Amino acid sequence: MDNAFGQPQNVIVLGGSSDIARAITRKLCAARAHTVVLAGRSQQLLDTAAAEAQEYGATKTDTVIFEATHTTNAGHIVSECFDKVGDRVDLVVVAIGLLANQFEIENDADKVNEMVMVNFAWPVVALAEIRRRLVEQGSGRILVISSVASVRVRRSMYLYAGAKAGLDRLCIGLADSLEGTGVSLQLLRPGVVRSRMTEGQSPVPFTTGVNEVAENVMRGFASGERVIWSPPLLRFVFAVLRHLPAPLYRKITADR
Amino acid sequence: MSTKFTGWGRTSASYATLCEPDSETQIVNEFAIEDDLIPRGLGRSYGDAAQVSGGVVMSNLALRSMGPIDDDGVVTLGAGISIDELLTISIPQGWFVPVTPGTRQVTIGGAVAADVHGKNHHVDGSFGAHVLSMRLVTPRGAWDISPTQDAELFWATTGAMGLTGMITSVTLRLLPIETDQVLVDTERFNTLDGVMASMREGDGAYQYSVAWVDCMTRGAHMGRSILTRATHARTQDVKEATLRAPQASKIVVPFDAPSGLLNPLTVRAFNELWFRSSPKFQQGESQSLTTFFHPLDGVRDWNRLYGKKGFVQYQFCVPDEEHETVVSCIDRLSSSGVASFLAVLKRFGPSNPGLLSFPMPGWTLALDLPVGPSSLPGVLDDLDELVLDAGGRIYLAKDARLAPEKARRMYPRVDDFLAIKERVDPQHQLTSDLARRLHLVGK
Repeated sequence: MDNAFGQPQNVIVLGGSSDIARAITRKLCAARAHTVVLAGRSQQLLDTAAAEAQEYGATKTDTVIFEATHTTNAGHIVSECFDKVGDRVDLVVVAIGLLANQFEIENDADKVNEMVMVNFAWPVVALAEIRRRLVEQGSGRILVISSVASVRVRRSMYLYAGAKAGLDRLCIGLADSLEGTGVSLQLLRPGVVRSRMTEGQSPVPFTTGVNEVAENVMRGFASGERVIWSPPLLRFVFAVLRHLPAPLYRKITADR
Repeated sequence: MSTKFTGWGRTSASYATLCEPDSETQIVNEFAIEDDLIPRGLGRSYGDAAQVSGGVVMSNLALRSMGPIDDDGVVTLGAGISIDELLTISIPQGWFVPVTPGTRQVTIGGAVAADVHGKNHHVDGSFGAHVLSMRLVTPRGAWDISPTQDAELFWATTGAMGLTGMITSVTLRLLPIETDQVLVDTERFNTLDGVMASMREGDGAYQYSVAWVDCMTRGAHMGRSILTRATHARTQDVKEATLRAPQASKIVVPFDAPSGLLNPLTVRAFNELWFRSSPKFQQGESQSLTTFFHPLDGVRDWNRLYGKKGFVQYQFCVPDEEHETVVSCIDRLSSSGVASFLAVLKRFGPSNPGLLSFPMPGWTLALDLPVGPSSLPGVLDDLDELVLDAGGRIYLAKDARLAPEKARRMYPRVDDFLAIKERVDPQHQLTSDLARRLHLVGK
């Protein structure tokens, strides 16, 4: 069960080996999480993340391997994670994402398909099953990792940001559908985070480390706010950016 | 159809089906068809004790029978009768409840389930000590239990937060009173050591004793306190001996205050004002029962002052010789910068045989803390360690955040409790969000 501070005990993390997911898992385990099921692509990376979770206080960890390239397996993978928890699930973190160099892939239909699949389609299908299981249980929390990039999609990463935008907007409606069920969905919109995913990108303002993101997530769990911005100031920055005239927005994001 | 439930602290909301049985048969039927159930009274537990997400919350508020008060003050009440309703009838007849918590808005069933204590624990014990018998409906049928008849189940139920079944009626012995007044002695102390020494030496001479401690002042005046102690006024003690029923509160908090209204700044200012407005030393002041016992009942829905995020109440007790733990806890809180209203400090007398009952001989401290500061969860986890090291425990009726392994160490008789629960609830149908969170029952 969640406690008064929104600290869960039984947790599933889809995309559990990503740097942000690992930072969140560490914080959760240091608080109250004792059962953690991590799902991802690489057994080796998941094992490392699971060992880390135990180091931080988890007493039971398990892993599930999957590829997010076809939506057909999504429901099954979610079920497997729930079964491995073997108890009521308090939190499901959806931390699946794929970033690629836009200019190298935008003319490659297969690559475009992969971007849309991993960042949008697969998580949406997985969310359908997560929603069903948690509503049936009558409690639980979902955290979906979106991105501030989805708030206003820019030229240099429109595939990634656009797919995330789809996921982000869909989740707003999904969250509304959960009113009165005992289940809630929160969106995390981080700015640029120093991690494996963003290695080699040119630096931008409001870049943070993964632990700072995790700290903001913990705060968001306690307050229950629907959208968690990290850093929180980005809420106001994007309130302005999203309304800039297109030519101006193109200009300031031209080299980013 | 789901209903939203929270405790009085308004944290950890959960949804469940609400049913309000008015007969034993209805309760039996619920047990026959439903899986996860928990009784609920007026919802004054601060945390998640009276809710069960995805299950069935059985309100006791329709169990409203009320027998006559006999010449010895013995009365049989439906579990859903509140202390407020009881006092409305009983005070004019010259009877008071033997134990009352800080609010009249609790049901008799809830008072047994939490084994509530009052300002007289050091002499009179907790609520369970005054219960002559009760009727308990469980998945394995209905039982009449008392300290002599199936004492095992009686003491497994007293303080067990509803986890053995639904209490439907309680037979209670009331306390005779001559007036509706108490005679109050008030004393102000600039240090915690001062007030604790005075309580240890002097509490025995009073039926009621409580100290309010300022947990925000640091330095030389850390833990400055106001100690109020009282006894019931007899006819000859007051000018006009009356026996009037308590009045309903006239002030209401109509909406949620903005979160952050109660912050270190405003709370410190309040504490200062409150401390200074109290007399340094005053003896024999006559106060109404309501003013002395239930000051917060004067403002309805006062929990809304803490805003949408709600608040947690932290209440622990430690053995007598561990008064240093009380000092350390207040020290830790006052230096952590989290806002806390005046804490309530009390002395406990002997405990009763209740397997999950809270009080143990020694000290108890309770304080309200608004949810918000990100340091708060960690600060309270640290306090848990101090309390555990001292051999103390946290009050389940207040808890909303304890870790399961610590709960087990604080309540070492959980396994004895489970063995008795098994007899009346073999399928573990009775469970709550609290029981799930603290791993108190099988599921």
